[in-house]
Amino acid sequence: MTPPTLEAAARPVRLARPAARPARLRAWARALGRVTESAPASIGAAIVLAWVLAACLAPALSPYAPNANDFAAVASPTPSRAHWLGTDHLGRDILARILWGARTVLTVAPLAVLGATALGALLGLTAGYYRGWIDLVVSRAGDIILTFPVIILYMIVLATFGSSAGNIIAVLTVTKAPIIARIVRGLTLELRGREYVLAAKMRGESPLYVMLVEILPNARGPLLVDMCLRMGYTIVLIGVLGFLGIGLPPPDPDWGGMVKDTYGMMSVWPHMSLFPCAAISSLVIGFNLLAVGLRELALRD
Amino acid sequence: MTDREPLLAFEHVRISYFTRAGELTVVPDLSFQLGAGEALGLVGESGCGKSTVALSIVRYLGRAGRVVAGRIRFEGRDLAALSDAELRRVRGRRIAMVYQDPVASLNPVLTVGRQLMEVPMLHDGLGPAAARARAVRMLAEVNLADPERVLERYPHQLSGGQQQRIVIAMALIAEPALLILDEPTTGLDVTVEAAVLDLVRALRRRHNSAILYISHNLGTVARVCDRVGVMYGGELVEEAPVRQLFTDPRHPYTRGLLDCLPALGRDRHRAPLAPIPGQVPAPGVRPRGCGFAPRCGHVDPPRCLGGPVALLEIAAAPLHRARCVRAGELPRWTPDRDGTAPTGASASRGEAILRLEGLRKEYRPGGGWLGWRRGAVRALNGVDLAVARGTTLAIVGESGCGKSTLARILSGLEIATGGRVRLGELEVGMLPIDRRPRPLRRTLQMVFQNPDSTLNPSHTAGYAITRALRRLRGLPREESRREMARLLEIVQLPPELAARKPHQLSGGQKQRVAIARALAGDPEVVVADEPVSALDVSVQAAIVNLLGELQAGRGTTLVFISHDLAVVRYLADQVAVMYLGTVAEAGPVDAVFAPPSHPYTEALLSAVPVTDPDDRRPRILLEGTLPSATALPRGCPFASRCPRYLGALCDETPPPEQRLDGGHRIACHIPAAELRRLQASGVPPARAGATAGPPPTSARA
Repeated sequence: MTPPTLEAAARPVRLARPAARPARLRAWARALGRVTESAPASIGAAIVLAWVLAACLAPALSPYAPNANDFAAVASPTPSRAHWLGTDHLGRDILARILWGARTVLTVAPLAVLGATALGALLGLTAGYYRGWIDLVVSRAGDIILTFPVIILYMIVLATFGSSAGNIIAVLTVTKAPIIARIVRGLTLELRGREYVLAAKMRGESPLYVMLVEILPNARGPLLVDMCLRMGYTIVLIGVLGFLGIGLPPPDPDWGGMVKDTYGMMSVWPHMSLFPCAAISSLVIGFNLLAVGLRELALRD
Repeated sequence: MTDREPLLAFEHVRISYFTRAGELTVVPDLSFQLGAGEALGLVGESGCGKSTVALSIVRYLGRAGRVVAGRIRFEGRDLAALSDAELRRVRGRRIAMVYQDPVASLNPVLTVGRQLMEVPMLHDGLGPAAARARAVRMLAEVNLADPERVLERYPHQLSGGQQQRIVIAMALIAEPALLILDEPTTGLDVTVEAAVLDLVRALRRRHNSAILYISHNLGTVARVCDRVGVMYGGELVEEAPVRQLFTDPRHPYTRGLLDCLPALGRDRHRAPLAPIPGQVPAPGVRPRGCGFAPRCGHVDPPRCLGGPVALLEIAAAPLHRARCVRAGELPRWTPDRDGTAPTGASASRGEAILRLEGLRKEYRPGGGWLGWRRGAVRALNGVDLAVARGTTLAIVGESGCGKSTLARILSGLEIATGGRVRLGELEVGMLPIDRRPRPLRRTLQMVFQNPDSTLNPSHTAGYAITRALRRLRGLPREESRREMARLLEIVQLPPELAARKPHQLSGGQKQRVAIARALAGDPEVVVADEPVSALDVSVQAAIVNLLGELQAGRGTTLVFISHDLAVVRYLADQVAVMYLGTVAEAGPVDAVFAPPSHPYTEALLSAVPVTDPDDRRPRILLEGTLPSATALPRGCPFASRCPRYLGALCDETPPPEQRLDGGHRIACHIPAAELRRLQASGVPPARAGATAGPPPTSARA
């Protein structure tokens, strides 16, 4: 299984050779082709791709501006020909808000996961490679972060620094990095004694080279699976933050915020909160299926 | 075959694995018979289908594998037709299996006793007390001392040899009619292997079980079996009584395998290794005629490739069958080979390039709390050695003797805790690799053991070599590319392999790339840590020859670490035999391999399995246990197992180093002249009155 994105990310640019480009393109195509061999991976990838497309094409697809109020619809906000998924209590088109909301979710969640993976991988590599007191400090610091009830931590941080996309990404990066560091540390401890790592040391490579070029590429399989799973968790978490009112600032659409605004009207107009919930669920299921499928493919090799 | 009704019969069996790529036929059409009480060996290199055959008998092929055609009959019944319940009764009760890795065969959370008693309780309905009595009897039969205590142990508290004995005991406790042994000694040290093989022979006679013995090692097969079948590409290419096969092999592949084996009794000048050219074909890629034809030196294309070749009896020998159209007309095989051996190195003997003086290495177990310290593990305990420029020093010894630690200190992957390592004019024993300057790193490079982890699976073979060229010699990109092509040529690999990743290379190819990588800096010293022990014999022969040629042609000094005495005999100029972190014996290869020898060397030599079924050399079995490396004895480290143990002297006083002619030295209390007399007499030593020595420990280094 050659996951394309991470391989490219892990490989320093100067190693790329012009002659290798067609071969690499073919390898990418093969890797994508492999995804279709697993049913869960195919379904998951299809769901995720559909949402990505929806988010990209939101300006063209959505019938209304996400914050435009159709006061005529407030009286009867249920799904109709004019508003396919109905409107919320302020007369805003739910379909439009879900489509636009996908844009924020699909920006914030991947950035947070990438940030956490990058930070966690670096910490894990360092801890596993050097061991000793560096390992002790990194691992215990990570343990301390993991002991916090995260929601309370988010509330404190976001209440102090204000709620913005940047802050949400930052706080998710910091709190999720220790989990990834733990995974990478374990893999590094296993790989650092491999003979190819010894051979690299014998030719005098720097620790950074050994970590990034010799060890990290061989940890990419488990890492990629974990990234997919973590995308799911992170999307849920962003929804929770929105629901608690410390998500992205209003009035821009945010799936969690949409539920928060309307769940009080659940008994009368359930569609207002159920449709955003369904959006969150489908995207999370998509990423989880992708993770399951990738793991299955990795095990098959 | 035999006149009796065969116990096990394969009748035109075809076994396939079903993969995404479709049906992959591993064994196309296999027929053989095994009579009751008979021992049949199946030999062949990896990928020849021998383990598939073993698994197919007990229907353990897994979901992907299936017997597609033919029948496997056991005691007259078709095994494929048995229900699961019937099959369970046959397995374990009538057929038992012993696999390569005893650790995987034993349950780590149950005591040995629980696991052994389970078999008679389940299959014979015995009560716990009777089952226990039987388990104790069985453990005594497999020569385990103190069976009652062993029953209470958990598998991790026993050594590898003890574990394999227990697995054999577990297999035999139900008195099976057929015992399948799949590479039972492959992971074991040579002295332990010899003991296990003798045990299998003895038990077979006592229990009259038939044995199907599967191995890649022709020597072990010669020691255990009555008949031998040689497999190649899923086919039986030759089948003969064991003596017949090893004295008059008719199939070119069998001959090729024998020509690949270094012989213990002869050096490289008299019997150079002749590797089989080419590679084992992938399953599913079968030529129309003889499967071996593409690699065969005797091929006659119209006859060999015309159509399927049958397994035919040799006219003069009724039990001898070979799948070769030319089997009858080939000249008789002789163990003396022609060809050119790598030579020339011995001439350049000169000043020592590498000199070890009193080298020590201790590992301090960490993790102590508040200054709590357990004893340090003493891996190297005062090693003195010297290697002359342009020669090969081989270091032999069993696992745990410190030979790999020695290699790691030479290469700077670890540092010594005492003594000196002089490389040329420099002291490098305390210099870890990241503090060695580039010229020093260039001077000494290393070839590792495991072909599967020596190359980074994420990088191409070419990258591994060019990166070494750039780092060690500072070559610019273009030039390193050219130099890489030249190195590939030196290690006899085609240039297009540079673009491949390790999973697209065979084990031998990977090891060649690793050698090219080690040569990138044009090193003066190459340390090779068991570079061929994970390879098939035909590949091993080619790599050994390559190392010999490189050493002779380039004048490289080679430190060759191995547990295989035959390979060492073939390749080395000087040999050092290590035991528990000390050098027991060292000297020129011919001197070490001839009497007088250190008693440990003598035992090692007697344990090496050879492909001569008439081999009746006295076998010296080492008893007693290895002292724990945390509590080394005061006297001779070998005293607890030495067959020529003298008494308190050996326990109390470190042995003197006796210096003989030509730099040969032996660390033993018995005078060399006396050793020579004892060893020339041909009477195997018997350890007398040996109750002293350290108490048995479960530690296995």
